[in-house]
Amino acid sequence: MKRVYAREEVCAGCKLCEVYCATAHSEYPSSILKAFQRQETRPVARILVEVDQPLTFALQCRHCEEADCTQGCITGAMTKDPETGIVTNDESRCVGCWTCVLVCPYGAIKRDESGHKVASKCDLCSNNDTNPICVQKCPNNALIFAEISKGGD
Amino acid sequence: MPISMQLPDYLVDRDPNRCITCKVCVNQCANDVHHWDKDVDSVIAEEEKCVNCHRCVIYCPTHALKIRRNPTEYKENHYWNSSTIRGIDRQAEGGGVLLTGMGTDKPIPIYWDRLFLNASQVTNPSIDPLREPMEIRTYLGSKPDNVIIKDGKLIKELPPQLVLDAPIMFGALSFGAISLSAVKSLAKAATDCGVMWNTGEGGLHRDVYEYGKNCIVQVASGRFGVDAEYLNAGSAIEIKIGQGAKPGIGGHLPGEKVGEEVSKTRMIPVGSDAISPAPHHDIYSIEDLRQLIYALKEATRYTKPVSVKVSAVHNVAAIASGIVRAGADIVAIDGVRGGTGAAPLRTRDSVGIPAELALAAVDSRLRQEGIRNQASLVIAGGIRNSSDIVKAIALGADACYIGTAALITMGCRMCQTCYTGKCNWGICTQDPKLVKRLNPEIGAQRLTNLIHAWSHEIKELLGGMGINALESLRGNRLMLRGVGLSETEYRILGILPAGE
Amino acid sequence: MLREGEIRIPSGCAISGIVNKQGVRFSGRDVIKSIALMHDRSNGLGGGFAAYGIYPEYAEHYAFHMYYDDITIKDYTEEFLSSRFNIAESHEIPTKKVASIKNSPIVWRYFVKPKSEFIDEDCGCDEFVMKIVMMINAKFDGAFVASSGKNMGAFKGVGYPEEIGEFFRLDEYKGYIWTSHGRFPTNTPGWWGGAHPFTLLDWSIVHNGEISSYGANKRYLEMFGYQLSLQTDTEAITYAFDLLVRKHGLDIETACSVLAPPFWRNMERMEPAKKEMYTALRAVYGNLLLNGPFSIILGTSKGIVALNDRIKLRPLVAATKGDNLYVSSEESAIREICPSPDNVWTPKGGEPVIGMLEKEETRDAYQYATA
Repeated sequence: MKRVYAREEVCAGCKLCEVYCATAHSEYPSSILKAFQRQETRPVARILVEVDQPLTFALQCRHCEEADCTQGCITGAMTKDPETGIVTNDESRCVGCWTCVLVCPYGAIKRDESGHKVASKCDLCSNNDTNPICVQKCPNNALIFAEISKGGD
Repeated sequence: MPISMQLPDYLVDRDPNRCITCKVCVNQCANDVHHWDKDVDSVIAEEEKCVNCHRCVIYCPTHALKIRRNPTEYKENHYWNSSTIRGIDRQAEGGGVLLTGMGTDKPIPIYWDRLFLNASQVTNPSIDPLREPMEIRTYLGSKPDNVIIKDGKLIKELPPQLVLDAPIMFGALSFGAISLSAVKSLAKAATDCGVMWNTGEGGLHRDVYEYGKNCIVQVASGRFGVDAEYLNAGSAIEIKIGQGAKPGIGGHLPGEKVGEEVSKTRMIPVGSDAISPAPHHDIYSIEDLRQLIYALKEATRYTKPVSVKVSAVHNVAAIASGIVRAGADIVAIDGVRGGTGAAPLRTRDSVGIPAELALAAVDSRLRQEGIRNQASLVIAGGIRNSSDIVKAIALGADACYIGTAALITMGCRMCQTCYTGKCNWGICTQDPKLVKRLNPEIGAQRLTNLIHAWSHEIKELLGGMGINALESLRGNRLMLRGVGLSETEYRILGILPAGE
Repeated sequence: MLREGEIRIPSGCAISGIVNKQGVRFSGRDVIKSIALMHDRSNGLGGGFAAYGIYPEYAEHYAFHMYYDDITIKDYTEEFLSSRFNIAESHEIPTKKVASIKNSPIVWRYFVKPKSEFIDEDCGCDEFVMKIVMMINAKFDGAFVASSGKNMGAFKGVGYPEEIGEFFRLDEYKGYIWTSHGRFPTNTPGWWGGAHPFTLLDWSIVHNGEISSYGANKRYLEMFGYQLSLQTDTEAITYAFDLLVRKHGLDIETACSVLAPPFWRNMERMEPAKKEMYTALRAVYGNLLLNGPFSIILGTSKGIVALNDRIKLRPLVAATKGDNLYVSSEESAIREICPSPDNVWTPKGGEPVIGMLEKEETRDAYQYATA
């Protein structure tokens, strides 16, 4: 499946991906200002830039083939779509036990810091037809959305 | 500690209504201007550190930032103006030579803007480059007086030539002064556009050997990175005698910029200062230059043209003539506006002469001596756009080097603090966390766009003049008229005033 | 008002030329008739002719056609000429009164050979004559060498070409090549020397066009010692041919490919040896490329060459009839004197039409009939 890959060699570590991701998943997906100023709780990014200068790269859910989070989820909220391969969290079923946060080997699932009990994770902007917003907005083309086979491993 | 007399040059205007405290500015400013202050839950600025490089302004996702010149007025004084006072303050506190980067920012007369191009009206037709062929290919190198042909075949091959698809080359920018990302951008763009890039005195990094066909390898007074493989890796060799930004003085790359890669490429130990002497210590006179030219030709078996680059100085016409007679295939003249990664401010702003006058003088002199065809003439030092190039060619240049324009294309905002090594745009720095900010693919694409755009414009201007081959413009000063120049300037430029 | 030589004057024009490839000599009547048909392509401010084979009795002498403003400069120039040349014959060029032709200069003709003391290995007769011609045209105020070749001459002046032809009584001359020119300058050339054809030794050029590369051509030619005193394209083109063919030994066709070279993209498709040759020619002689619109007829004692600019921005038509080759700005001007040609075509831009003599010796046409 197509995944978002980070090209750490050109990642400027600016974290704009976080800003745009947070906005896209907020109540005001088309306005950064409204998302950050009008939403009651601060919007949360589902992508995280890891920084250990000079190393920086953006990390988000890898949508694993055998996703530990789906197996650990106690309510069945976290599921992998057999068609698209995208792992999503059904917020209406999530009870906020954070098992998924615990088992994710990448640390790609976060608690919604606003206290909301929903786990927050990358959905590859599944509502969009185009590239995920982080890929679109990366100012240095450090994120790509591509199908990369594992053949070479 | 005594108080500093220096005022911040810039003020940071942060619109609190737009700041979302995303801290992009904080993580992007290598000068540590922006800080997150958790006590007040907002971003604050240490303005005295700001160099106005626009990194934060352009990266701010909500356009909350503006950088303004510090409005604080000094007592009005035409002579002792604020920049003079600030310079003295800096030296009073630091005790050093004032350093600066990029070309001079002083209001030196801009002759390009006083020159106007011709266009065809009635008596001959202008040519539409969208409908008719329009040729801007250029051959650089020594041309014999005549071509000998027998039975439809060339009897004697031409001396080695550089073929350019446009009369534009990227000027010497060394790895060390600029980042490997910038070098890669230039190298790839030059290759994609069929023009040349120039190593400067930084040697040729392993990663860019593949772009050697479009590369001019430079031999400068420090001889950094020079060996037989290097000389043979490019398509031409350039002996750098001087550069427009700092005629008469050498170069100094501080040891902290000499990391592993620079060290390998320049062939000097990690952490050692790379000092290029002011003169070549094997060239104290013109006959010495001849020896070096021919040593390089021998080393490359006469397969590559040798260029000699000099700063435009007072006696440039005679110097250029000597260079041609010494056997150079290309003479590059770098005018007073030429850029640099680091130069003493006083040298940059007051040594050398404008490229336009130097070019006209050199071209006229070489023609008077009947040796203009023996070498191509490349002009550098402040070429800003395609019409500057067209005017330069009409004055007599074969091609132009662009340095500053190429840097701007890659993102440079002309903040003139290249010498600090903290280039926020990843261009003029060796700091790995900054270098990766310039994605060579994006850099190369932008440079390619620029060359293509300028090529289109050159073709439009040529077509307007009723010319469909660039060689018909070369030295064609009848295509130029001047406005507001002195008689002496008209004479040196070899052009007529507008209206005549 | 500045006269030609002090100022550059753009012009439109008509050109016409005839060559008999067997060297048969015929009167100037036809070429006058041909150029006269294109009356509207000129404006009465310049017309002229070049004729080859007209002086068989002095075929080994340089025929100087001189224009003088007054007797003083004539005397001065003649004194100079006789110090450099052995003058076999000199006389006024016969003319006829034509109402519209005014202010004609003193026109004189000399048949000369350079004195032997001026000729050596470095400076042959041609080179010496060329230097003298350039010196007179550049430095002798009021004197002008209209032509200086062997067995040929230029007849030109201010007026319509047919009037100039009548003035010089060209129907009384016989030549195997005739070229002609009618000019439409955009301001007053002011004197007869500025009219076309322009000549040097036995080169002559009639030309329709305005060369936008003039400044580049001029400065390149100056490097090789040519003094472009007239500021005309025609002068530059003549010198370009002289440099390429006489001095650098290229053949006429190759010289044409310097003036109107193939496009780079067309060179890419040539076989390697050819590509290498054209690339070298263009790289070396790029400054001689004639840019902008032109059609020219080059006359030499050996034949004529007609050439268009690379994208054919000026008209040029060619036709053959028997041994005759006709080239002209307009087909009508050919049909006027040759109503049923064997072949008529429009040469492509940059492709020369070459009409060289097939025989060394020439002869007169005893029954040369025109329509």
